[in-house]
Amino acid sequence: MTTDTNMKSPEAAAVPPSGPAPVNKRVPRGHKRLLTRRDRITLGFMAGVPTILHVALVWVTALASIALAFTSWDGIGFGSIKWVGLDNFRQLFTDNPQFWPAVEHNVIWFVVLILIPTPFGLFLAVQLDKNIRFSRVYQTAFFLPVVVSLAVTGFVWQLVYNPDTGLINSLIGANKPGHYIDWIGDPHLNLWAVLIAASWRHTGYMMILYLAGLKGVDPSLREASSLDGANEWQTFKNVIFPTLRPTNTVVLVVTIIEALRAFDLVFVFNKGAQGTELLSILITNNIIGESSRIGYGSAIAVVLLVISLAVIIPYLISTFRKERSA
Amino acid sequence: MRDLSSSLPSPSRRGLLKGVGGAALLGAGIPLLSACGSSGSSSDPKTVSLGSNASDAVPKKAFAEIYAAFKKQSGIAVDVNTKDHNTFQEQINSYLQGTPDDVFNWFAGYRMQFFAAKNLASPIDDVWDKIGGNFPDAMKKLSKGADGKYYFVPLYTYPWAIFYRKSVFAQHGYEVPTTWDAFVALCKQMKKDGLVPIAFGDKDAWPAMGTFDQINFRLNGYDFHVELMAGKAAWTDAKVKAVFDHWAELLPYHQDGFMGRTWQDAAQTLVSKKAGMYVLGSFVGQQFTNKADLDDLDFFAFPEINSAYGQDTVEAPTDGFMVSKAPKNKAGVAKLLEYLGTPAAEQIYLKADSSVVAASSKADTSSYTPLQKKAYEMISGAKSLTQFMDRDSRPDFTSTVMQPALQKFLQNPKGVDSLLSSIERQKKTIFASS
Repeated sequence: MTTDTNMKSPEAAAVPPSGPAPVNKRVPRGHKRLLTRRDRITLGFMAGVPTILHVALVWVTALASIALAFTSWDGIGFGSIKWVGLDNFRQLFTDNPQFWPAVEHNVIWFVVLILIPTPFGLFLAVQLDKNIRFSRVYQTAFFLPVVVSLAVTGFVWQLVYNPDTGLINSLIGANKPGHYIDWIGDPHLNLWAVLIAASWRHTGYMMILYLAGLKGVDPSLREASSLDGANEWQTFKNVIFPTLRPTNTVVLVVTIIEALRAFDLVFVFNKGAQGTELLSILITNNIIGESSRIGYGSAIAVVLLVISLAVIIPYLISTFRKERSA
Repeated sequence: MRDLSSSLPSPSRRGLLKGVGGAALLGAGIPLLSACGSSGSSSDPKTVSLGSNASDAVPKKAFAEIYAAFKKQSGIAVDVNTKDHNTFQEQINSYLQGTPDDVFNWFAGYRMQFFAAKNLASPIDDVWDKIGGNFPDAMKKLSKGADGKYYFVPLYTYPWAIFYRKSVFAQHGYEVPTTWDAFVALCKQMKKDGLVPIAFGDKDAWPAMGTFDQINFRLNGYDFHVELMAGKAAWTDAKVKAVFDHWAELLPYHQDGFMGRTWQDAAQTLVSKKAGMYVLGSFVGQQFTNKADLDDLDFFAFPEINSAYGQDTVEAPTDGFMVSKAPKNKAGVAKLLEYLGTPAAEQIYLKADSSVVAASSKADTSSYTPLQKKAYEMISGAKSLTQFMDRDSRPDFTSTVMQPALQKFLQNPKGVDSLLSSIERQKKTIFASS
């Protein structure tokens, strides 16, 4: 087959023949009569433009940052790119005092989001699903933090936590010398303080996702379960929750993504000072701005990419396996 | 088969690669494109374009007045492109590589020499031939690149010092300390009197660098400051350790909860007379909105620690102008810079912003406020001028290593040794690159 194509198109001989090429050449033969030239151009554009954009904005940038992770570059002129091999990673793993705390904080971020606001969001969704009075008002109130930009959330909470004039310290009288509670600066406190803000927002997000899932639950299931004499908790545990499986998958993925991309809230809150270092903030600090340690920052970005892949690939595999078996 | 394949709409492998290459170029072009400001593309001899970081109302207006005066004098208009102060700083790399304006606002020190060494700025020795007489030697030194050529025209400067309120000192009978021991004793006394001895807020991470600088050049001298900032001296040196030991002695007298406090909030404790002193630049005056309070504000130089150096060094960050690598209107640029280097231009600026002083030694000081007069005397009397840790050293080093490291020290003063060896390891790799 391959040799066959080679002989028939000698001008392509210089380029090694690609796998799908022979297929391409045969398929259009059948379509030639169906598609006019214009159709083909239109189709070409419709498929080509998104492909080019996708390749340029996703693949080229991702691959470029992977390549840059093995170099040292100050961002000035392409001539100053210097190959340094694994140096960036070695420095990152051994010398950077902020790297391991950042990894740890990203993990804590995920664990907290999945353990506290997610079940709480589910709880709220179940309550609101019961068509209680003012259900809409509650829904809006709980969902509002999700609508607000995270940067604004960070700004608002930073005012609440301000050591001198903040709401909390003013209420509990912790803004006098000797009694300070430094919610934003104390490395033992600030991560938890900012996680409260993140949870505040995440709860609303989870609530909406679960509410949508609950609306999709067949009411006859509830009826059947109550006819069987199950109480509310038993119905939820044995009937409703298992039917929410697809929603749970979405929730899990969304929460993982939230944990990995956590950035804006913390950046506004305290710029990722000690106690709240995050991978995303380390990347920004190294690449953006005057510092321009682009190679080094890319190395951190690669670490983040590997972590994301480690989470996403098993998910994709299980999804595809399910699809295939279905 | 051949003609069929040539009429195929599906991209050939080669075409696809071409497309990828084009996309890669597109991708690479994006940061450059974003750097293209709205610079005047005309090479009109009657305009000079200028990239400005003066986005705050007061300096923006002051600069506009300078340019208006320049137009009146020379007939050349200045086309100003103002960007947000921090954004300007963060984008400076791509800005200077793209199509920068003819002239741009920048800072003296390593930050200026860095771009000069990268050939992103033009030398302006011809301008200095004319304006050289207007400036003291310390300013001339600050305006030169590592190659000895001039790259910078300073406009104004301001000192870092210890700020206090005269009325508070008078009320408690405090005296301005000139030695380290007197300073520590004063802190102790203030604490006893229920004051916060030293106001402090390090949320923005740079104020701590100011305190470090002060202790460092008082203890180890100007030359050591320069060597340390240039990455030549080791951070594990006993001299650096001594700086942190002195700082640790002062820490109990710093305001609590500083990690979450901005410098503005810390300044407010000085305004409200809850704090006795504040180590900061003279821009602290901007927080004194009440005229009576501002008149009550005073400062003194950081006390002597090592008699070999006394109080001979002043930290005086200096702002001014540089010329981009290929200005479109060379003659106009030279005229503008010559004008900016005159005392007249500086006086126009100072009229609007009284928290700074003129860089020129010829500027008329009669309209200065007492605070400005004192700042001027302090700076002109200094043997050496430093800029600031992040202006005297590599910005990548100070922002990614020193800022977090100093914050770490402030939270845990006992872990200095391991902290310093960590700084030294990171410094070596950063200064080794490019």
